[in-house]
Amino acid sequence: MVEIKNIRTLLAENAFLQGMSDDHLQTMAGCGKLVRFKPGEFLLREGDTADTFYLIRDGDVAIESDVPAAGPLSVARVGAGGITGYSWLFPPHRNGFDSLALTDVSAVALDGECLRGKAEADHELGYQLMKRFAQVMLDRLQATRRQMMDVYSNGKRSDAASG
Amino acid sequence: MQPQAEMRSPMCPYPFRVLEIAEEMPRCMTMRVAPDDATGDTAFAPGQFYMIYVFGHGEVPISTSGDPAKSGELTFTVMAVGSVTQALCALKQGDVIGLRGPFGRAWPVDLVKGRDVIVMAGGLGLAPLRPSIYHMLSNRNDYADLALLYGTRQPQSIIFRQTLAHWREDAPIDVEVTVDTAGRDWPGKVGVVTELLMGRRPDPSKTSALICGPEIMMRFSAYALMELGIAAENIYVSMERNMKCAVKMCGRCQYGPFFVCADGPVFAFNQVEQLFRIREL
Ligand SMILES: Cc1cc2nc3c(=O)[nH]c(=O)nc-3n(C[C@H](O)[C@H](O)[C@H](O)COP(=O)(O)OP(=O)(O)OC[C@H]3O[C@@H](n4cnc5c(N)ncnc54)[C@H](O)[C@@H]3O)c2cc1C
Repeated sequence: MVEIKNIRTLLAENAFLQGMSDDHLQTMAGCGKLVRFKPGEFLLREGDTADTFYLIRDGDVAIESDVPAAGPLSVARVGAGGITGYSWLFPPHRNGFDSLALTDVSAVALDGECLRGKAEADHELGYQLMKRFAQVMLDRLQATRRQMMDVYSNGKRSDAASG
Repeated sequence: MQPQAEMRSPMCPYPFRVLEIAEEMPRCMTMRVAPDDATGDTAFAPGQFYMIYVFGHGEVPISTSGDPAKSGELTFTVMAVGSVTQALCALKQGDVIGLRGPFGRAWPVDLVKGRDVIVMAGGLGLAPLRPSIYHMLSNRNDYADLALLYGTRQPQSIIFRQTLAHWREDAPIDVEVTVDTAGRDWPGKVGVVTELLMGRRPDPSKTSALICGPEIMMRFSAYALMELGIAAENIYVSMERNMKCAVKMCGRCQYGPFFVCADGPVFAFNQVEQLFRIREL
């Protein structure tokens, strides 16, 4: 009981869940637990079953993928207040990227299967969650597109140049 | 009174000698040059550019990237993209080049006095912005909060590493650097430069922004700032167009109703926002 209360408070503090009703926060808290990672530990592994997402409270997480011959390459970093893990929402529920703790990380881990069940039972909770995830995914999609467009290159040139 | 300086012709290149030339990253060099005769003047305003003549190769516009308070020399940062810039990057200490200038409208460092200033740089766009940051730091009390948000492709393509490290550690400016992709050893942010605005809550009534980088980066950055409530007239961008004369005569750098050489290169975003939307302009 004590832990659920704490988790609920932590959820309420997170920017991602701003505006969620008390009832929904309480329901979500039942699917959450407080977790900590040391630098070099993985929160999520590419290809693993996606059954968790994390609300980062403190620390830095690299979203990365291993590039053959080049090693692990970060494509995004998530810090305090951010979230990592979207794949739990959609079948086949497989993580698309690694999430690696770069520093000591403290996070609330939310059990995807538990949340999916609660969202099925309470569509308003599902809607509130989807609305927030859609926003985060839109932001990430646009940022990723800009990364792909190579905005530091003038296009006509063969390297990043402007001045 | 500087009678010799007044007699300088804007069409005549004056000899400058390379004092030092150093690599920022492959194909990108920063060089310090000093006047090679008594007529040489080195006063410029942050954001202005010179026409640099590499003998036997041709002439190109290059912005100053050094400290405007430093007299007796000029600094340029050049990316080798074609014949003239390649020749420029291949210069050695002691070589002589011809300089005309300075030309163009500068960053509005006086107009933004008293305000918070967000400087957003993409890639080599940090070079024309660096003099404005030097200037604001030298006159720090004239400005409220200063931030430099710099985005580039990879950690290896970061320019002015020492300056950035110095500013980050010792200068009253908030410096954030982000790269598109990085290995694990990169301690900073990963993502495009506009992501550095996330979580910032600038006060639109007292914030101005200076942006320099490729046009697409400036467009995205200006729109991201406008989403935070900053008016287009308080956002400044620096445009690049090929140019020949640099004195509003030849028409090579015409950009809509403007000549980039004289009406720019720095424009308020509300002056050029419509032009940004016209393809192939
Ligand atoms: C006001 C102003 C300030 C500038 N400041 C700097 C600076 O500080 N540092 C720097 O490295 N460059 C700067 N440039 C760009 C520089 O002038 C050009 O890269 C140079 O003119 C190219 O000449 P080149 O003979 O080497 O290449 P060219 O053979 O003329 O061109 C090589 C390739 O680069 C492309 N190109 C040429 N000029 C530009 C341009 N302006 N923008 C995008 N693509 C271009 C051409 O289309 C071609 O594909 C500035 C340009 C302007 C207008």
